[in-house]
Amino acid sequence: MTAPSSRFILICSGKGGVGKTTLTANLGIALARQGARTAVLDADFGLRNLDLLLGLENRIVYTAQEVLAGSCRLEQALVKHKQQPNLALLPAGNPRMLEWLKPEDMRRIAAMVGEQFDYVLIDAPAGIEGGFRNAMAAAREAIVVTTPEVSAVRDADRVIGLLNSEGVKPIQLVLNRVRPKMMASQEMLAVDDVTDILALPLLGLVLEDEQVIVSTNRGEPLTLGEGGSPAARAYINVARRLRGEDVPLIDPSKERQGLRARIGRLMHTKIF
Amino acid sequence: MTLRDLIDKLLRRQPASAGTAKQRLQLVLAHDRSDLNPELLEQMRREILEVVSRYVEIDMEEGDVSLATEDRVTALVANLPIRRARTPGEGGSGRSGENRPQPVSSPIRS
Ligand SMILES: Nc1ncnc2c1ncn2[C@@H]1O[C@H](COP(=O)(O)OP(=O)(O)OP(=O)(O)O)[C@@H](O)[C@H]1O
Ligand SMILES: [Mg+2]
Repeated sequence: MTAPSSRFILICSGKGGVGKTTLTANLGIALARQGARTAVLDADFGLRNLDLLLGLENRIVYTAQEVLAGSCRLEQALVKHKQQPNLALLPAGNPRMLEWLKPEDMRRIAAMVGEQFDYVLIDAPAGIEGGFRNAMAAAREAIVVTTPEVSAVRDADRVIGLLNSEGVKPIQLVLNRVRPKMMASQEMLAVDDVTDILALPLLGLVLEDEQVIVSTNRGEPLTLGEGGSPAARAYINVARRLRGEDVPLIDPSKERQGLRARIGRLMHTKIF
Repeated sequence: MTLRDLIDKLLRRQPASAGTAKQRLQLVLAHDRSDLNPELLEQMRREILEVVSRYVEIDMEEGDVSLATEDRVTALVANLPIRRARTPGEGGSGRSGENRPQPVSSPIRS
């Protein structure tokens, strides 16, 4: 029985390497910690990584492939997270699955997962081709991840066009790898520039943060710990906003205090 | 202009890059979204100018047909300064796309 309120959320970007999988892992853990039954689907069959970021790579027995083929039950393929049993991963199958996988297959498997979970997060592959379209078929809403760089924003725009034409909504934006210093000196696209250009509401802002790399080394998403690193707080806030909580966004160019920040602000007030 | 822009100008420094990034993005997205490549746009621009100049004399140098985009809606924006209207006889004849020199001072009759 599908919980009618289950949410099927695609996490996508167009451009590769902007932080989709990192967001999926951290958001999955954060939602689970906030009490929501959450499943993360690795829809990047070519280059799967979600298992690794969650530290679950050694516990995979079956994958989406066996579930689709009917050779195992969904429960057997789902890998439950030890510390956060509210979270489960459905691993991607063999890359050769790409040869026969159809959008209907993804829709079918997502629907099965949706029967047991409140949130189904689908980690999309980069690009706008078959793999992405399969992943998109499983989703009702989407989070587009981008960085404040021209190529990432342009590719995000292409993806948003496709999501719009498929009727996926709402579509919300997560801006990743923000560097407040560069924004203050106007050497990085401002937050408003990106949201204006893409015409999407901002769901979250994640700063560039070394701790992201440390946590991937360990296979322990930042949201698992108590640490208040900037990225960890950002991911937790994304989860809260997704659940409908009203959490104010920070403006990185105004966030910084002190004389240097004040001078920075002075430098970009209009004088004539 | 911001203080930063002014200082950049005085020091002959390159202006901050974020503004450039935004402008370039807006232009490239207008093209991406409309699926019109620059050649097609140029061809369309020429044909539009040709049609319009059958009816009014336009300033070919100043004339501009381009794409603009806001809130994911792309618009074709034509800015065609009119020098003067053509007389009915002139207008019907069609082929008058060439840039025939005309007295700039002639008033616009309509
Ligand atoms: N906020 C951040 N601060 C620092 N590093 C980050 C941040 N977000 C992501 N990264 C790093 O960027 C790299 C790419 O991240 P990730 O694998 O999540 O991207 P992706 O969009 O899933 O890539 P792909 O398109 O290949 O699937 C990783 O090395 C990750 O550690
Ligand atoms: Mg990925």
